[in-house]
Amino acid sequence: MSIEKFVPVSASQAAYLKRLKHRQYRIAGIRLLIFAVFLLLWETAVQRSWIDGFIFSSPSRIWNTFSAMWTDGSIFTHAGITVLETLISFAFVVVLGTSSAILLWCSDSLSEILEPYLVVLNSLPKSALAPLLIVWLGANSKSIIVAGMSVAIFGTILNLYTGFCAVDPDKIRLIYTLGGTQKDVLGKVILPGTVPLLLSVMKVNIGLCLVGVIIGEFIGARQGLGYLIIYGSQVFKLDWVIMSIALLCIIAILLYGAIGFAEKQCLKKR
Amino acid sequence: MDPLLELKHVSYAYHTKSGETYALTDISFQVQRGEFLAIVGPSGCGKSTLLSLISGLILPEDGTILRSGMPGASPHSSIGYMLQKDHLFDWRTVYRNVTLGLEIRHELNKRTRLHVDQMLKDYDLYRFRNAVPSELSGGMRQRAALIRTLALDPELLLLDEPFSALDFQTRLSVCDDIYAILRKEKKTAILVTHDLSEAVSMADRILVLSQRPARIREVIRVSFAREGLSPFARRNEPEFKDYFNQIWAALNPVSPGKEPA
Repeated sequence: MSIEKFVPVSASQAAYLKRLKHRQYRIAGIRLLIFAVFLLLWETAVQRSWIDGFIFSSPSRIWNTFSAMWTDGSIFTHAGITVLETLISFAFVVVLGTSSAILLWCSDSLSEILEPYLVVLNSLPKSALAPLLIVWLGANSKSIIVAGMSVAIFGTILNLYTGFCAVDPDKIRLIYTLGGTQKDVLGKVILPGTVPLLLSVMKVNIGLCLVGVIIGEFIGARQGLGYLIIYGSQVFKLDWVIMSIALLCIIAILLYGAIGFAEKQCLKKR
Repeated sequence: MDPLLELKHVSYAYHTKSGETYALTDISFQVQRGEFLAIVGPSGCGKSTLLSLISGLILPEDGTILRSGMPGASPHSSIGYMLQKDHLFDWRTVYRNVTLGLEIRHELNKRTRLHVDQMLKDYDLYRFRNAVPSELSGGMRQRAALIRTLALDPELLLLDEPFSALDFQTRLSVCDDIYAILRKEKKTAILVTHDLSEAVSMADRILVLSQRPARIREVIRVSFAREGLSPFARRNEPEFKDYFNQIWAALNPVSPGKEPA
């Protein structure tokens, strides 16, 4: 921000900046407060037996479960495997999604032919595919990674392809007037011009991959947070379930934040 | 010597599902080396189509286009094309924008770099070579776009309403700038515009086109008693308004009987 620049600031500008800062602090404070009040209410409600701690768990029970699993190391296995599978399926989505979108962009006929298929596959609830994948590929990481990909890939292709097509036709014309070919249009205009789109699509995708991986783990896994949730609910260890959900929240925030950070760095460089 | 460019009975139509639109019919004219030709006509009459045909981006349905007496390949390397907007890419520095054409044609070498550097210095952009386009003013952006075109050393320059995206004041000064640069680099140019005063202030010859499908309605040779005037200076000369009125009359014939043959 330009506020950091060392320039003499008028009194009214300084006052404005101060107000702005105060507002930011207030918002951050209220956010934390909501979280704290929520935890406190939850804990109190269980302690006072307003709700059943066996079903609803409680912050302290979650914490105890977490530290127990931390000590025996099992939490690292479960969370690690989920994150790893998510990252692998995300990598496949980035590579396959981008290259498919490029292929569609290169051939108008191909994109016209495939459009209805992509639209149907994109609107299909992908969780419906998971049982099939388990049967076809076996109850292993392979099918879980494919399940993760299946949630994100079709949307990625459609979004990127639409973005490629929305590039100003005059910019493309410019390349041709300079003597370029379709390859130059792709390399000099389409790809560099849609980097911001690519990054924002990926920011959504990492979350979608996590969704797919959890669905896959529900059905065919012996490890991972998805497995822990399903297993926990079956044996009525709801502390496991709710702790896993809390962990998933944190993982989702971290993954989203990592892509967001990469996005900022990338856009700053341009 | 053959003219730099010659069009013989060129026609073109756009085809869509709902029918065909005749854009140009039977267009014939020549452009001599060093000449500045302006093409004016009502909006949507096919002026830009004409430039696309000349540059080789599209091929005529009928007629021939000769470049230096030869039927040219497409897109022709000796033709530079300046579009309405500057289309400088925000993800490239000014320098990498002006060398874009050279990069595409794999002609980025010591000699062409020197040429680009010299133009950047001559036209007051050298200081900004590492800036991003968004830091430049409208006039500077237009000059950068011109350098991008001139870097390929074209014989013929096609200008497709290159000033229309600028506000009026910037437009007048950029017009002077670009004109001076073109004269200095001794380029032949074809300017397409709907701004009649712009045409009179820059051109040696003006082609007046009719409504679509466009034909050539009139060719007006422009010469001022005082020579070597800048476009802005031309606007103050007594002949200026006569030419303006002449083009105006050619564009808006009062009755069919008065229409020039």
